[in-house]
Amino acid sequence: MANQVTAVSCTSGSRFDVRLRYKRPGAASDSFELSVDFQLDPGFTILFGPSGAGKSTLLDCVAGLLIPSVARIALDIDLLQDSDAQIFLPPQRRRLAYLFQAPALFPHLTVEENVAFGLHNLHEEARDNAVQNLLEAFRVDRLAHRKASQISGGEAQRVALARALAPSPRAVLLDEPLKGLDAELRSSIVDDLRAWNRARQIPILYVTHQRDEVDALGERVLALDRGLIVAEGAPHTVLDAPRKKRLAYAAGFENHLSALVQDVRESDGVMRARLAGTETDIEVPLGYATVGTRIRVAIRAGDILLATRKPEGLSARNILAGVIDSLEINGPTVICRVNAGAMFLVHITRGAQRALELAAGHSVWLVIKTHSCHLVDE
Amino acid sequence: MEALWLSIRLAGCVAVSLLLLGMPLAYWLSQTKWRGKFLVESVVALPLVLPPTVLGFYLLLAMGADGPLGKLWTAWFGHTLAFTFTGLVLASILYSLPFAVQPLVLAFESIDQRLLDAAAVLGAGRWRVFRQILLPLSVPGIITAVVLSFAHTLGEFGVVLMVGGNIPGITRTVSIDIYDRVQSLDYAAANHMAIALLLISFAVLSTIFAVNRRVWSPWPTK
Repeated sequence: MANQVTAVSCTSGSRFDVRLRYKRPGAASDSFELSVDFQLDPGFTILFGPSGAGKSTLLDCVAGLLIPSVARIALDIDLLQDSDAQIFLPPQRRRLAYLFQAPALFPHLTVEENVAFGLHNLHEEARDNAVQNLLEAFRVDRLAHRKASQISGGEAQRVALARALAPSPRAVLLDEPLKGLDAELRSSIVDDLRAWNRARQIPILYVTHQRDEVDALGERVLALDRGLIVAEGAPHTVLDAPRKKRLAYAAGFENHLSALVQDVRESDGVMRARLAGTETDIEVPLGYATVGTRIRVAIRAGDILLATRKPEGLSARNILAGVIDSLEINGPTVICRVNAGAMFLVHITRGAQRALELAAGHSVWLVIKTHSCHLVDE
Repeated sequence: MEALWLSIRLAGCVAVSLLLLGMPLAYWLSQTKWRGKFLVESVVALPLVLPPTVLGFYLLLAMGADGPLGKLWTAWFGHTLAFTFTGLVLASILYSLPFAVQPLVLAFESIDQRLLDAAAVLGAGRWRVFRQILLPLSVPGIITAVVLSFAHTLGEFGVVLMVGGNIPGITRTVSIDIYDRVQSLDYAAANHMAIALLLISFAVLSTIFAVNRRVWSPWPTK
């Protein structure tokens, strides 16, 4: 019944099935193979992963710019590649939009000519109309007659998006398209893209390695690491509880601690674990572990509180004594390194640092909630 | 003057033929991932290091009445290829091949692969990508290729002497003419010709350097 409802609500959208394996020819023997199997529904899906995880390679394979050895890539019932049936559609016949990290505008053509490039089958009048509409939709109509080589980075990326969407693609691939642009510009471009897709409902695969972009888009996330999809689901389930160490780094977990499980309290849903090389115990959420198991705990630097006196009456279960090792100012944030047996990174504001008069050598207390401690695999 | 005009005609024919021939060859060289590509590159670059007399000698054998090319030509046109203007054009095409192909390959390879990818994803087939993206972005390289093969052909001596002989109005080019005049101690006439050639060469090189500085580089590696 639930399936039927989904089918009805997405009548105009299409489904993108991707299953492929690819290994770069001549790559070192220890390099990984890309091996994925996933479906994209209409609307945004985010492909998240650390750099070098294989994200761009995956998009190149889907677009047909690289040829995976084994693959079945299908849009609804149209096959783009099926290695079993010896079907391979070249990129020019796939009708996909693909936006690279760089805009890659044709430098010898004007903005208008760039956008019209994918529309050469249309009659002149229809083409001019389509180009005009797209330039307006992405707010670059005033640049129509400028040479592509003479516009700014943010403008170029908008033009590249308009150009990619011009030939009515059946799916959109975006490879960190807004890298290097500020957050405001990024979200306005994404809003324009959402508006464009509202009537079309085609699948959009958006690649990023920036945590804040994932939060801003707030859609389904596929997490890719070393060529494999290691997690998928809503952003907070995938990224707030990363199961892989490398993914945790990428998602902004600055603290990685090794610990030995001391005690498992299933009824409370927690475990007590001793930080390696210390006498300090911390309480962490219950995981697949037994007493004596070595676990890895990831904690965001921004999830740790600092106190100058031992706090009392708090619900937080972990209160550790430590000494400030060093302070480093990084924009609005102060990065504190605190030695509490193990070294912890703690982010505080500059105002907090001034108010507490924190300096290297001072004794402090670290306050960490049990559920700020995330168990990750190696 | 007859010799100078002949040389310019020859160089013009060769430059145009080399552009038509060199473009697909250079495109293929810039795109292919074939392992044996270096063999083709070596053959194309051979005239750069081979003494012109060696090249001329084998061309003469091939084009002569008993040579494979000569026999074929005689069967079709009723006369041999050696010692004719056409023979000279064919020989010069081979001799100047690297001067056309190298700048073209360099131009094609220096184009950002992502531009070609973008064009393909936008629905353009190979021919359209070549015509609308690759070609317009390679204009400096194309000018360099034409001008260099023209200039190089204009000054050739050894190959012309071997294949063309020294027939006034047919195969006596300007450099051979200069050699003849010096042999007969007519230094004034030789000087006239030499200055004309010097000026043309200078004009040619300044044209190239004005449009494109990367001229005689070794085979580019991507």
